[in-house]
Amino acid sequence: MSLSKIKFDKKIVLSFWIILIALIIAAPTLLPVFRLNLLGRYLSLSIVALGVDLIWGYTGLLSLGQGIFFALGGYCAAMYLQITSSSEFPNNIPEFFALYGVEKLPFFWEPFRSPVFTFLAIWVIPALVAGLIGFLVFRNRIKGVYFSILTQASLLVFFNFFNGQQKLINGTNGLKTDVTQLFGQMVGSESMQRIFFWITAILVIAAWFFAKWVVKGRFGNILIGIRDDEPRVRFTGYNPVIFKTIIFSIAGGLAGISGALYTVQSGIVSPQFMTVPFSIEMVIWVAVGGRGTLLGAILGAVFINYAKSLVSEALPASWMFIQGGLFILVVTALPEGVLGWIQGDGPRNLLQRFGLKRKIETYPSLEVNNKEGDNE
Amino acid sequence: MELLLDSLFNGVAIGSVLLVAALGLAIVFGLMGVINLAHGELMMLGAYTTYVTQLIFKLPILKPFYNSYIIVSIFLAFIVSGVVGILLEKTIIRKLYGSPLETLLATWGVSLILQQFVRSVPLAYGTGLVISLLIGLFLPTTFPSKIKESINFKYFKFSSWIFAALTGVLTGSVISSSVSKLSRASARNVDVTAPSWMRGQVEIIGTAFPKTRLMIIVITLISVIAITLFLNQSAWGMRIRAVTQNRQMSDCLGISTEKVDIITFGIGSGLAGVAGVAVSLLGSVGPNVGGNYIVGCFMVVVLGGVGNLLGTVLASFGIGIMTDLIGAGRLLSIWPDMPLPLSNTINFFATTSMARVMIFALIVIFLQFKPTGLFPQKGRMVEN
Repeated sequence: MSLSKIKFDKKIVLSFWIILIALIIAAPTLLPVFRLNLLGRYLSLSIVALGVDLIWGYTGLLSLGQGIFFALGGYCAAMYLQITSSSEFPNNIPEFFALYGVEKLPFFWEPFRSPVFTFLAIWVIPALVAGLIGFLVFRNRIKGVYFSILTQASLLVFFNFFNGQQKLINGTNGLKTDVTQLFGQMVGSESMQRIFFWITAILVIAAWFFAKWVVKGRFGNILIGIRDDEPRVRFTGYNPVIFKTIIFSIAGGLAGISGALYTVQSGIVSPQFMTVPFSIEMVIWVAVGGRGTLLGAILGAVFINYAKSLVSEALPASWMFIQGGLFILVVTALPEGVLGWIQGDGPRNLLQRFGLKRKIETYPSLEVNNKEGDNE
Repeated sequence: MELLLDSLFNGVAIGSVLLVAALGLAIVFGLMGVINLAHGELMMLGAYTTYVTQLIFKLPILKPFYNSYIIVSIFLAFIVSGVVGILLEKTIIRKLYGSPLETLLATWGVSLILQQFVRSVPLAYGTGLVISLLIGLFLPTTFPSKIKESINFKYFKFSSWIFAALTGVLTGSVISSSVSKLSRASARNVDVTAPSWMRGQVEIIGTAFPKTRLMIIVITLISVIAITLFLNQSAWGMRIRAVTQNRQMSDCLGISTEKVDIITFGIGSGLAGVAGVAVSLLGSVGPNVGGNYIVGCFMVVVLGGVGNLLGTVLASFGIGIMTDLIGAGRLLSIWPDMPLPLSNTINFFATTSMARVMIFALIVIFLQFKPTGLFPQKGRMVEN
């Protein structure tokens, strides 16, 4: 009997939510500012992990370039913050332009004066870019490993572009946000960080429900169909390109939101968000948590990043070994991830191995039939 | 004319580094459908092998042969990277056969471990470890067949691994006591100095070409010829081609696909080592040196198509020449009076990093017309 099949009592579900909400409200008073800030950042990373889970766990597209959309969202937020707090600098443009002798604001900065545009841009621009890249790639039935290395190459291209353009977006130094103003408050200040934490927590829950809604029903079934046997989906009369493009741009939009939240909490956005290792790390959060289980993506992102900061504080050199080992371990020994293992037959097999639970001696087909019988 | 020759030479030089690096990747990808993200780190191992060989050749016994160290290191780098590659295939990649995306992630994990390994383990002991791997993997295969078939073979295998471990520790400590530069772990970049006969320039038709660049072109040429001969003339080469074309049918006809996989992966990794020697001649060697080349190699594989050496060769020289034409802004000097908007655009892309942006865009456009690369495999089957 798997956990996912257990029907929870309504009271238990309700009390779970009450406790969760109480924890979110109380977290800023319980945790020191430094830890709260870290938790907020990791929660914002879990939104990009949800997107990775949607495209990899459900649709079978391994993107190694989610960093593009993450950073684009971050840049959108940072450009708005920089431009609205640049009134005391020469020419009314952000300070760094003076370093490179730029006197006129580049044209694409102009729309970011408007907060409404920015709030839209944070998720629409990454989603559009993702849709465009996705469409061009999927249209030619490029998939599998080809898709992965093309996304990685496009990541590097975006990195090179942002890294090289000092005069447009401050190049390798990135855009700082912690000393900018938002609604008359310093973004890096403690009270603002507390608000950002709450916003992040709410958005993580919202993104979770959104992702659950996306994979529910026929749309989700087609995604899983594409993952398991794409030619058959095509022969049944569906066009996989449309579905793949839509889900890829949804994941891009989620990555953008995540990037914006991460930027305001870490105080800077820079091309470092678009490095190759960071984007592959996003995949490992999902892989460890359990792909195809949305909750697993969230938990994986938060716990692995927390473990990373703990290990890096204690033994800086060993994190690379641990992370490398994690990659190998999770694909060879634990392909379903931790949550997938718990929801599947993992615990029962483990107990059987230690002789704590009696082995059920039947043909596998009988067990499958039994499970179906339970559902009825 | 001179300008064109110069540009062509530079392009060929960039392309030949790409080619020798992508060759192994392309062969493995063609055979197993697997992209090895640790390929860059195998290159790094080759580059470090060059560095270690160079230092060992400075010892008094080997001093007279110092000038030939670069030739020796090509073979050593091939062996070192090849052995690590074989180990990788035997332990991890074999288990993940049929799931290329998982292999991609696992090899990324390997690459992280290899990077951190050269940072935190002294190179002398790293050398010792590689030597013990080499002995442990190959000593059992040299036993007479009577022992190999006996029921106690696993004990012989075990004892040969113990022997290998002891030899490794011994070599490690001998090297670390005699070469002080190798006895401490360091994350800093190291430099390989070319032997005296490779420094300087050669003049051909009035243009000066650096000798190291020529050497890299020669290394690439030899590797490509050797691989072509191996694939087309030898029995194992024929088996590799057969498995590349149709794995199941070859298996049915009695070709040991397992052995073919090991040999191909070993050769592919060994070629990465040779590429590492070439890379070490171009700049300093550090744990991240492979990462600079790996994405270029992917582009070569994507552009060249699967399982075709000619595609790989054309794609790498194409990318190399385009990089030089765009990155160095040579188009402007070849065609000085082009219209203003066009020349502005070309100026915008005339840096190394922006040239990459341009080339990637061109490749994506190219893939819209030929999604399976320059030379797609022929055949009628549902993709998957």
